Amino acid sequence: MTEVPLPIKNLQVKYKQLFINNEFVDAVGGKTFEVLNPSNGEVICKVAEAEEADVNKAVDAACEAFKRDSAWRTMDASDRGLLLFRLADLLEKHRVELATLESMDNGKPYHIAYMADLALCIKCIRYYAGWADKNHGKTLPVDGNFFCYTRHEPVGVCAQIIPWNFPLLMACWKLGPALSMGNTVVLKSAEQTPLSILFTASLIKQAGFPPGVVNILSGFGPSCGAPLAKHPKCDKVAFTGSTEVGTLIQGYAAGNMKRVTLECGGKSPVIVLKDADLDKAVDICHLALFFNHGQCCIAGSRIYVEAPIYEKFVAKAKQKAASLKLGDPLDKSTDQGPQVDLDQFKKILELIESGKKEGACLETGGKQFGEKGYYIEPTVFSDVKDHMRIAKEEIFGPVMQIFKFETLDEVIDRANESMYGLGAGVITDDHTRAIKISNALRAGTVYVNCYNVFDTRAPFGGFKMSGIGRELGEYALENYTEVKTVYNAM
Amino acid sequence: MENVKAFKNPLIWRTQLFINNEYVNSVSGKTFEIENPSTEDIICRVQEGDKADVDKAVSAARRAMERNSPWRTMDSADRGKIIHKMADIIERDAAYIASLETMDNGKPFASALGDVGFSVAILRYYAGLCDKIEGKTLAMPNGKFGYTRYEPVGVVAAITPWNFPFLMSTLKVSQILAAGNAFVLKPPEQTPLTSLLYGDVAIEAGVPPGIVNIICGFGPTAGAALTAHKDVNKVAFTGSREVGHIIQKASGESNLKRVTLELGGKSALIIGKSADLEKVVPLAQDGCYVNMGQTCCALTRTFVHEDVYDEFVRLSAEYANESRAKIGDPFQDGIKYGPQVDKVQFDKILDLIESGKKEGAKLECGGGRLNEKGYFLEPTVFSNVTDNMRIAQEEIFGPVQQIMKFSSLEEAIDRANDSDYGLVAAVFTNDLSEALYLSQELEAGQIWVNDFMLMAPNTPFGGYKQSGIGRELGFDGLLSYLEIKTVLVKL
Repeated sequence: MTEVPLPIKNLQVKYKQLFINNEFVDAVGGKTFEVLNPSNGEVICKVAEAEEADVNKAVDAACEAFKRDSAWRTMDASDRGLLLFRLADLLEKHRVELATLESMDNGKPYHIAYMADLALCIKCIRYYAGWADKNHGKTLPVDGNFFCYTRHEPVGVCAQIIPWNFPLLMACWKLGPALSMGNTVVLKSAEQTPLSILFTASLIKQAGFPPGVVNILSGFGPSCGAPLAKHPKCDKVAFTGSTEVGTLIQGYAAGNMKRVTLECGGKSPVIVLKDADLDKAVDICHLALFFNHGQCCIAGSRIYVEAPIYEKFVAKAKQKAASLKLGDPLDKSTDQGPQVDLDQFKKILELIESGKKEGACLETGGKQFGEKGYYIEPTVFSDVKDHMRIAKEEIFGPVMQIFKFETLDEVIDRANESMYGLGAGVITDDHTRAIKISNALRAGTVYVNCYNVFDTRAPFGGFKMSGIGRELGEYALENYTEVKTVYNAM
Repeated sequence: MENVKAFKNPLIWRTQLFINNEYVNSVSGKTFEIENPSTEDIICRVQEGDKADVDKAVSAARRAMERNSPWRTMDSADRGKIIHKMADIIERDAAYIASLETMDNGKPFASALGDVGFSVAILRYYAGLCDKIEGKTLAMPNGKFGYTRYEPVGVVAAITPWNFPFLMSTLKVSQILAAGNAFVLKPPEQTPLTSLLYGDVAIEAGVPPGIVNIICGFGPTAGAALTAHKDVNKVAFTGSREVGHIIQKASGESNLKRVTLELGGKSALIIGKSADLEKVVPLAQDGCYVNMGQTCCALTRTFVHEDVYDEFVRLSAEYANESRAKIGDPFQDGIKYGPQVDKVQFDKILDLIESGKKEGAKLECGGGRLNEKGYFLEPTVFSNVTDNMRIAQEEIFGPVQQIMKFSSLEEAIDRANDSDYGLVAAVFTNDLSEALYLSQELEAGQIWVNDFMLMAPNTPFGGYKQSGIGRELGFDGLLSYLEIKTVLVKL
């Protein structure tokens, strides 16, 4: 593995305002809010807080930039691609600073922010840069004497609302395809983690995007997100966050029928068959749950183990979980940092209590770690039953649930018995069976003998209440394209 | 590329063959002359490759394409990064490359710079395409699992022409590498100097050894060795129709290597009676004389409606005479046309001009040599050309415009289609409906409406009939550098 450069000590936050029309500005109402460091609960800085008036300013700027003869609308598609390539280069140039900001703001270990988050961000922007001049329409052989063709046009002004678990990466998943296809954007970051995207706004300006093409607002759901999702001049809203808020967004969008895509929660099952290599299976399941402190929409939070290997699995999983080192996210020996904020911290502990109360067996962990910050011990429950709260509700924390199963048919039904359908995992040495099981699982991404692979080329999204639509890959382009058919009578 | 100045006496940087990421002499040690067509001076000597060198290069390419090689196992996005880096390097060195091209080929520096700019755009397009070559999963009956993979075709022989040397080589290189192949490039013997720089570009960009190989030499020796080689999976050729036939035959007589050909043209331009002559006359002639006429897609049969024919001819002769002052030293600012590439072309064009006079076409202007040194020709216009004349049928590849008269659109279409070629057909009209109708009826790979040399990295380009086989550029162009594999699994 390549050597990870050291993080910046005592990093000063340079960009704290809203970004509208390529300018950093204060909120109209002058409000600000605190950004906390979850490893110690201390205030990093204050940033401008956007409310409805700011949303209106940003949307107006995006509308202006989308006008028929604007620089952005008349730019060659390949030049749009060049701007995105430049942005990717700038992200790479500032990788250390961005990873440090991300770690301070979100709590994830710096070396993971650098090696995972930032690497994926740069690849994502580069990938979509290449699509800019390759989104083809078609010429069509219709009946009669017509010249008929389709144009793939940008949707227009896109509202994008992103979460706090992978702040910059989620921004890139949104900006990449939207900008590649020629749209303009108003993006609202999560109030827990606004810093990395504000820094990136300065790079967007530096790369040469015309004013108004990208606008970034920091703020809260009800006062900033809601007016944005409701705004009659936004042609589309893309949201990543909880299923609960996802359903709200879908309602807000109905006002002007703006196009909606949602990436919401999950309670993803991982099925471990008895022929699996036990150590490998434990490693995969461990990663599936504990990655990003469990704060992953696709976390493998229901692990079904076939009866004959159940006891051994539980013993190894418990041992591996207990071996995680918690500490300062900027310390390179830290495996797990704090949860993102007090709300999450409390919610996770409450669900852990419910697990204990409802009779699951607490193998390890189960409480707060240390005295400062929002740290929770890596926790493993075994003997979990399908009716328990920890079996059904998304915990979003370092809490693993292990269930026992007898037959394949039984476990597939249990795996599919969920309002969610984001991901699923299958661990077995029998690849034929693995394909058959993957065919049967109702999940947007099925991982066979692996987990948490997020390649920019492969689509990502949910069945059922895990979401609507797909991001990543060529599939994402559809979300940001409006098809126009033209009939020309000859 | 603004404010880029030429090096009037560019250094000759590379004259050796390039095999396995090394510049080397030919096995025989033979060399051949490179001439500057503007001055008729010998610029330098270049190593001459033959069968032995081709064998070395193909072996290197074959090794580099082995199953677990770095190139075969590289992530597609990383391949894209390498091609992107090649574009960066070429953009950085554009002034030098264009200057070398001007000295070797004779085209004005501004044109050479334009070629380099287009080369960069093509490389960037394909760099972004590498990781977007997607197969399909297929709906199979009875629970079977089926999918397709697009794999590189393997070792490609690329044989490129002398009219746009660097651009033509870039077209091949970018598609070949984007699809994950290795290649042996044989650049044109008249103008190999800029193509030879691809070795340095490959090394600096990080291409593994053996993927890029360049063998300079002649068609009957190096070219023939490549097209007969049993270990070459595909040949991509751009050049004359005559050699195109030879190459396809060679494939049949060897290992059935896949063949794509970009050959010549005798492209028709149709000008209707409502044409605005002030606009259309310069466009028609520029479209004929582009690159000193040395363009496969030059508009070399100009069909003009009888109602505007006389005026069109008069204005064309006038415009041609105005161009005389802009023919000269290609390094000078404001020069529009340089010399023809060499004596062989020069003599051939003059011979065809003679045939035009003999067969009864009317020479409106030009028809002979310009300047005492260098292969410069007068801009030449023939009117009263009939379809059976040699100048109406054979590719001249010089600054010679043929103007023909027609009465009805249907007649123009039929006469335009009555050709063994089918590369481009152009229509200058204000009536879009007419343009759409014509684009449907004309038998050509490219239809240009109201302009010429319309081309972009994403527009597929190629010929109907004997103008070629297959397409290059765009997504479609890449298909000929890939092999489709279907995988079917009984579960």
